[in-house]
Amino acid sequence: MSLILMFTISLVVAAGVLLVLSRDIFRLIVGLAVLGSATNLIVFMAARPGSLIPPVIEAGANQLSTLAANPLPQALVLTAIVIGFALLCFALVLGAALSRNGGHDDVDRMQAAEPPDTDPVKPSVLEE
Amino acid sequence: MLVLSPLLVPLFTALLTALLAKHEAWRKGASLLGSLLLLLCASLLLVDVVAGGRQSVALGNWPLPFAIELAADRLSAALVLITALLGTAVMLYELRWIETASVGPGLHPLMHALLASVGAVFLAADLFNLYVWFELMLICVLGLLVLGGARRNLEAAFKYFAVSMLGTLLLLGAIGMLYGATGQLNFAALHESALRPEVASALPVYVGLILLALLLKAGAFPLFAWLPASYHTLPAPVLALVGGLLTKVTAYALLRLLGDVFVTTPSMLIESLGWLAVITMLTGVLGAAYHWDLRRILAFHIVSQIGYLLLGIALATPSGAAGATYFLFHNMLVKGNLFLIAGLMWAAAGHYDLRRIGGLYRSQPLLALLFLVNAFSLVGVPPTSGFWGKFLLLREAFAQGRFVWGGVALMVGFITLYSMSKIWLEGFWKPHPSDEPLNVAVSAPVPVAAYVVVAGVSLIILIMGIFPEPFVRYAETATGVFWTTGGMQ
Repeated sequence: MSLILMFTISLVVAAGVLLVLSRDIFRLIVGLAVLGSATNLIVFMAARPGSLIPPVIEAGANQLSTLAANPLPQALVLTAIVIGFALLCFALVLGAALSRNGGHDDVDRMQAAEPPDTDPVKPSVLEE
Repeated sequence: MLVLSPLLVPLFTALLTALLAKHEAWRKGASLLGSLLLLLCASLLLVDVVAGGRQSVALGNWPLPFAIELAADRLSAALVLITALLGTAVMLYELRWIETASVGPGLHPLMHALLASVGAVFLAADLFNLYVWFELMLICVLGLLVLGGARRNLEAAFKYFAVSMLGTLLLLGAIGMLYGATGQLNFAALHESALRPEVASALPVYVGLILLALLLKAGAFPLFAWLPASYHTLPAPVLALVGGLLTKVTAYALLRLLGDVFVTTPSMLIESLGWLAVITMLTGVLGAAYHWDLRRILAFHIVSQIGYLLLGIALATPSGAAGATYFLFHNMLVKGNLFLIAGLMWAAAGHYDLRRIGGLYRSQPLLALLFLVNAFSLVGVPPTSGFWGKFLLLREAFAQGRFVWGGVALMVGFITLYSMSKIWLEGFWKPHPSDEPLNVAVSAPVPVAAYVVVAGVSLIILIMGIFPEPFVRYAETATGVFWTTGGMQ
């Protein structure tokens, strides 16, 4: 189980890194989302998955069975998923706005906030 | 309950200002009142902490290693107070500021949510909680970056997002692995667990990952390119808030985690942190010396100053941590204030580029004086706070025989002086290059409140420089138990 999860995570991380290295805005965003999923899986792994007994205290008992799954990493992953999803949505809207009003989605050509390269020695004046 | 106020007051203010979206005067009033209330609560919290020691709240009625803990010790309380001070200064400055008049109603809620998340990072005593507040901080800054709506704002936000997101994911992954190894997230419990031999062997990997993530967010060499690429698109008051707080918060997190929680971090990591610190301060200041745009110059100086903070952490002794703490106090104020001064220079002379402005010494003599005080403080000239910050760090570096680190830090001071004299010569002494009267680009007069704010913060900087003893002693008590294994209660 752990081995399968480990290889899955490595594969997802590799895919994420490949996408993040792309110059295309949307591939980059999707790459970050994929990397985010890999990270969530890592946090999930911290629970040492394997137990299928839900972390619910049985009727009559006054504490959790020691065989039950660890609920804390699941809570952490849930929080991370919510935050990651919010950021992903923001990034997608940002990416859409960028490629719409600039006419391209090439990260290397994002120079609007940089001084124009007219002068090779001094940075030229950055107009408002 | 006072411990929760630096989080609850700004969150509530953010909500209130969001509800008052359609009423500008009310919104600004609520925002100012909220920041004043935050200042009051932060002062009371500091008094409490000084009198009664560490204050902590365990949320949710759980016993301690499991509950989410928010705690204020001397270090956190002082940083919260400085955050509140800077927040109040920015809100006052922004009242009649022309640059932010057209950005819409999102500005105040975002600024207060930023204050809340910064305060919460200072108070977090739980690793996962720390991550959550870092995320909130990231979201707020992204919101502030896109508020302008122009292409340059969007591009800056995208660059900031892509890099910060990588750092965030690294941080989360490292926290997950650390939890897997120790079963703990609370700082005090982690401090205990990290000393166990079976954890200690794997600890360098996890702490190294956290270090990498936080160095990326702090803007350390070689991962600082996102900072000068995005900060300069913000309007002056927001820039002061973001530039004065954000990377400093990360430096605090590094100081807390390395100096207080994982004190057994192997010397190899600490040693590399020291060399990174030295390279960071050098590359930052060289970038600043190259640029002509006021905001870019100051953004590169942020990188350079982060180097000093990392140096204080890498010295790995209570004295080094005290130096870093004092430097943190001083730098948050000076950096924020210099961005506010850059805004005033823009308003008075019409441009942020030094080649397009001039004559400010004649037209704004008071501004010239205020700039000198803050510039001297950034350089580290004696009657200002910066001198003592650098003095404490350099004394400790030389006492440990780190002559290269100390030597480079001294040299960086000289290049900082060069960069500040460039602003002085070009912005203040040289006559204005255009024949038209000053103030051409900006039709509104420079607001008086903005001047008062800058003068007030400058006064604090001078007091910290002329009477450094209580501040230095405070920093020394705050970090007295750092880098010792019995440290956390």
